Amino acid sequence: MNRWAAGLRELKQYPSAIGGLAIILFLIGLSLYTVVTIPYSEALDKWRGGEQWRMHPVNAGPVWADRLAGGDKPRTQVVRSTETEIREVPFEGGRQVRIPLEFDYHNGEFPSEINLFLRTLDSSRQAFVRLNWKTPSGETIALGGQRVARDDRISISQNPSLEGRLGMVPHIGLFAGDSPPDAPEVEKGRYRLVLDAILFDEDARLEADLAVYGRVHGVAGTDYQRRNLMVALMWGTPVALAFGLLAAVGTTITTLIIAATGVWFRGIVDATIQRLTEVNIILPLLPILVMVGTLYSTSIWLMLGVVIVLGIFSAGIKTYRAMLLPIREAPYIEAARAYGASNARIIMRYMIPRILPVLIPTFVTLIPTFVFLEASLAVLGLGDPVLPTWGKVLNDAQEQSALYNGFYYWVISPAVLLMLTGLGFAMFGFALDRVFNPRLRTQ
Amino acid sequence: MTAGSPLLQASNLHTWFELRQWGFLRVGSVRAVDGVNFALARGESVAFVGESGCGKSSLARTLLGLHRPTRGEVTFDGEELSTLKGKARQRYLARVGYVQQDPFGALPPFMDVRRLLNEPLIIHGVRDPAAREERIRRVLEEVRLTRVDEILSKFPHMLSGGQQQRIVIARALLLEPAMIIADEPVSMLDASVRVEILNLLRNIQRERELTLAFITHDLSTVRHFADRIFVMYAGRIVEQAPVDELLDHPQHPYTQSLLAAIADVDADNALEERDVPGGEPPSLLNPPPGCRFHPRCPKAIAGTCDVREPPRFAPREGHYSDCWLHDERHGS
Ligand SMILES: Nc1ncnc2c1ncn2[C@@H]1O[C@H](COP(=O)(O)OP(=O)(O)O)[C@@H](O)[C@H]1O
Ligand SMILES: [Mg+2]
Repeated sequence: MNRWAAGLRELKQYPSAIGGLAIILFLIGLSLYTVVTIPYSEALDKWRGGEQWRMHPVNAGPVWADRLAGGDKPRTQVVRSTETEIREVPFEGGRQVRIPLEFDYHNGEFPSEINLFLRTLDSSRQAFVRLNWKTPSGETIALGGQRVARDDRISISQNPSLEGRLGMVPHIGLFAGDSPPDAPEVEKGRYRLVLDAILFDEDARLEADLAVYGRVHGVAGTDYQRRNLMVALMWGTPVALAFGLLAAVGTTITTLIIAATGVWFRGIVDATIQRLTEVNIILPLLPILVMVGTLYSTSIWLMLGVVIVLGIFSAGIKTYRAMLLPIREAPYIEAARAYGASNARIIMRYMIPRILPVLIPTFVTLIPTFVFLEASLAVLGLGDPVLPTWGKVLNDAQEQSALYNGFYYWVISPAVLLMLTGLGFAMFGFALDRVFNPRLRTQ
Repeated sequence: MTAGSPLLQASNLHTWFELRQWGFLRVGSVRAVDGVNFALARGESVAFVGESGCGKSSLARTLLGLHRPTRGEVTFDGEELSTLKGKARQRYLARVGYVQQDPFGALPPFMDVRRLLNEPLIIHGVRDPAAREERIRRVLEEVRLTRVDEILSKFPHMLSGGQQQRIVIARALLLEPAMIIADEPVSMLDASVRVEILNLLRNIQRERELTLAFITHDLSTVRHFADRIFVMYAGRIVEQAPVDELLDHPQHPYTQSLLAAIADVDADNALEERDVPGGEPPSLLNPPPGCRFHPRCPKAIAGTCDVREPPRFAPREGHYSDCWLHDERHGS
């Protein structure tokens, strides 16, 4: 349609339109990328947390933030026995196996944790392992020995006797070399964890994965459950956009139809709609959502439904009514009646399209308000139970006192994304307003 | 009048608008149409003439079924309008075309011409887009629009007033009506295109043998475009006669003063301001007793005109006038 084309051409003159559109397109692009690369079920599964994240550090910041600040925090290193050479010596009734897990450590800061994951395969009896830690300077620290269950984890960082002997938490003490306990310094070089295992079966095998957890991880960092925040930040985008868009479309369209219906039929229909609106306007949305969330369910779809239902008789009806009243008397509507247009057709095809262009800017700026609403609910602990969203990240951050503990990234990244969404839609909406509402243009 | 039954007949037709205070208190009625009787024959062109506010548009809307008559009835082709429901009513609406005063306002501003001309056809169940397009092109040719392709994709505001009114006429013709009601079709157009549009309407009316009810407040244009004239005053028809008869021998004092007002003025653009005789137009809320014109009538007979409503007289052959002056007892 010509009017739209002209409007779009005019939009180009507004830098805020270009900027806003760029942000919106970026968010849409990110959403599409996310949905394609991390399918929905996979995202839900990942966000559920658990063992799949065991190789990730706890509360690690983003790499780029550390490097920008000139830091040298370590990334996580995983050394697997399947990638090393294993020496085996058989004996009567079993085998002796030596697994040397080697890695280089050159960072200025200590790792955050050390775990050893062990698996015995095809074994009927428990294996026995003894661990020795070899530092670059050739020193050997005995980490003790123990029986190994089928799927076992040895938390080297949480070995109290070792901590006693080192005088420091193990993941610092094991890397500190000769430096004093009150000012430990990293001894750089090649480290080795040697596993000496005794397997009591002919064809039993032992696999070991050593995780030396870093203090930074990826673009977004990790949370207290070792989950990569990227999952939530990325998946939060389509969820936020979809929620905002659906809520905005749902409330705008229903409100518009109801307002037009009232204006068209007048009389009792209009009066009823007006009274319902007046009652609905004084109903507080957030407390009702909190109530529904607390008493019933916090599913995002339910919340969306409640938002739309409560939005039907929103204050917008009054505005739309004022805009539609003069249109009701327009000769073209009388003409339409004279050639037999039905009431529904007049409302949908003759009244609503007339004010639609004026509503588009309002509609665009309405989207982020619903995005914020969804985030607010999540921050209040009423986020969707399974979906990863920005609000959920903020909620976790708040519950884990992220700011107090100095995990700024945990709060900042979702907040920036939320603000970016608000900014993008607001900038674009205001530019649209100037184009489609010529009254503002003269100012 | 031609032979056969009339196409449209209004009998004792009243359209009153209730005036309410605070939305519910009845404070009175605007008697926009107040007891109108006439019959229109097939293929006849008639003009309803009267000053602004005398109820012409209300009468047109009542005939179109847009207002429900307060009393009386409209009969079209033997069927009473108020009894028509559903399909039958749609059929009636298709058979009566409507041309409004303000051509720009009469076209939905957000639809292009193709779209807005498709609307009536879609509503009346013409499913095939190619068939619709064909019918649209045919009527656009009939209303003498050139460069049809270009016009079809334009929006109303991109067209001139004359083109807009041609589109409105085309839309009224799309559904093959038997009758067209044109409510002051040229009063909002440039003087230069008025005659063209009136000629167009007249030609289409003759070619299609339509009944044309042509509403105007301007007596100076009716002679060439109507066969019969109804003069309206304060919601009533006060005089009716074939066009030449009425213009050459006006009987009712109101018609006489209307004609005198035209004769007074030569300049074209002054016509609109001076087409009304002096004095206040009557209140439709509280119409004057007796003859409604008596407060402004130079020949009013005290004791009669201000007391009793005049009946219909036929002072000349085929010429009717509601005025006590025609009563034998008063002479004239
Ligand atoms: N829908 C309506 N509601 C109330 N009053 C109306 C309505 N339509 C017309 N009227 C009144 O009826 C009278 C006649 O108006 P109208 O039929 O438009 O006259 P005309 O077309 O001859 O100028 C006017 O006083 C007008 O205010
Ligand atoms: Mg009128």
